[in-house]
Parts: sequence; C-alpha cells; structure tokens
Amino acid sequence: MANKTKPTNEMKLIFPALSLNEGFARTAVSSFVGLLDPRMDELIDIKTAVSEAVTNCIVHAYRDTTGDIELTVRVYADRTVYIKIKDRGCGIEDIGQAMEPLFTTHPEEERSGLGFSVMESFCDEIKVTSKPGSGTTVTLRKKLRTKL
Amino acid sequence: MPVYIEPDGDNVLVAKITGEIDHHSAKWLRMDIDTAINDNKPLLLRLDFSGVTFMDSSGVGLVMGRNLGMKEIGGRVELINMPPYIEKVMTIAGMDKLTGSDFGKGGKENG
Repeated sequence: MANKTKPTNEMKLIFPALSLNEGFARTAVSSFVGLLDPRMDELIDIKTAVSEAVTNCIVHAYRDTTGDIELTVRVYADRTVYIKIKDRGCGIEDIGQAMEPLFTTHPEEERSGLGFSVMESFCDEIKVTSKPGSGTTVTLRKKLRTKL
Repeated sequence: MPVYIEPDGDNVLVAKITGEIDHHSAKWLRMDIDTAINDNKPLLLRLDFSGVTFMDSSGVGLVMGRNLGMKEIGGRVELINMPPYIEKVMTIAGMDKLTGSDFGKGGKENG
C-alpha cells in the first residue's frame, strides 16, 4: 500500500461515529474523488466501500462506546485513490475471521456479514490492521481508469 | 428514506423503496415493511429498487431478514427493478438465487 510519490490532492475528515454520518462520509469522499472525473461505476464502487468501512466503525468498533472516525483520502497522478478509515474503538481479535464472507458477530441485527467482501470486490486492494483495545485501520486502494 | 407499500391483488405486497439504503436507513425500512407484512400476510413480497440511489450490504441484510420472515408465513421475496450497482452488491451475497428475481436485466453482461 506504500506509495512513495506525493499525492496530487489530499483531504482529512474527523467526525463522530454516528450512523447518520455514514451518508455524509461517502458523499464527502465521492465529491473529493469526483474532482478526478471518474467513471460513474467506479465512483459508486468507492462510495459503497467507504460506506461499509464507516458502518463497521459504528456497528463494531464503537459498539459500546462513542468516538471519532478519521477519514483520509489521497489521490495520485496515476489516478490511484487511497482511502484510510481509522477508529480508536475495540479492535478486531481475529481479522481473518472478520473478513470471511457472511461472518457476523451480530446476526440478530440483520448484519449480512458482507462488509469486507464488498470492500474487497469494489477496490483493488484492502489492508486491515487492528489491535484489540486500541482500534482498527482499514486502507483501500483503487486505480481509476483513464477516460477515453 | 420513504418506502411506498401497497397490495397488488390478494396475495402480493409491493414495497417500492426510494433513496439510499445503508445501516442508518435500513432500520426504518425494516419496521415499515415488517408492519405491512404483518397487516397483509402476503404470499409474495415484491421489493422494487427502481427508486434506490445507493445501497451497501445493509440492503442485503434487509432482504435476507425479509426473506426469512416471508418463509415463516409460507411466502417468498422477489427483487425487481434493480439498477446495476444494486445488482452488483446483491450478487456478491448470492441473492440472485432468490427465485423470481429479475437479475441480468440491468445490463449484467456488460459488467
């Protein structure tokens, strides 16, 4: 995920982990990435992946507490979009298990267990680092196609 | 995030969802649709996605839950009028296996 070149543009947002901010987060990312004039389907992929990551922070990371979500978006000259979603919530004990399709700790709330599957399908690369008790960072990378 | 729900004949209930489906809006949709299922006891719940502008995996949870509820009363769920971006999320979840749902009409072959 390391990218040695400097981003051509960057934005950071910090907002409380409230469910009504799910829409705000994906709309903000969509407006920012929209500056690159991406294809509509790619923009929807990014919005969907961001929505999943932010929902995870609200539903899981800050389940029994409150806290902030830090969102960083960087874009590079080669049209790579890098998105980091960071929380300081409960962390994930077993990342491998959390990323398994259909695995959910809350089936009674109709969580489909597909958040990470959607992020994986809709981005080129996903990286998850987590420490129980300190928080989780999800980084997503997607290279936008060049419009002809 | 309104949902327009009305019976279509004796045993069919049509729920036309509009706006964005995410974790925040899904809980309200769930309540409205379940109330209508309870009132009407349909054999077929037809979920119309033509007015949905965004959906993440919360929409899959919504469909899975209603599918279970409909099975309990001997009915089933059908998904109709899905834009390609919704079909994509539903397909990841294997929702295309739900009988009667019109997958592929939204230009699936073209990616």
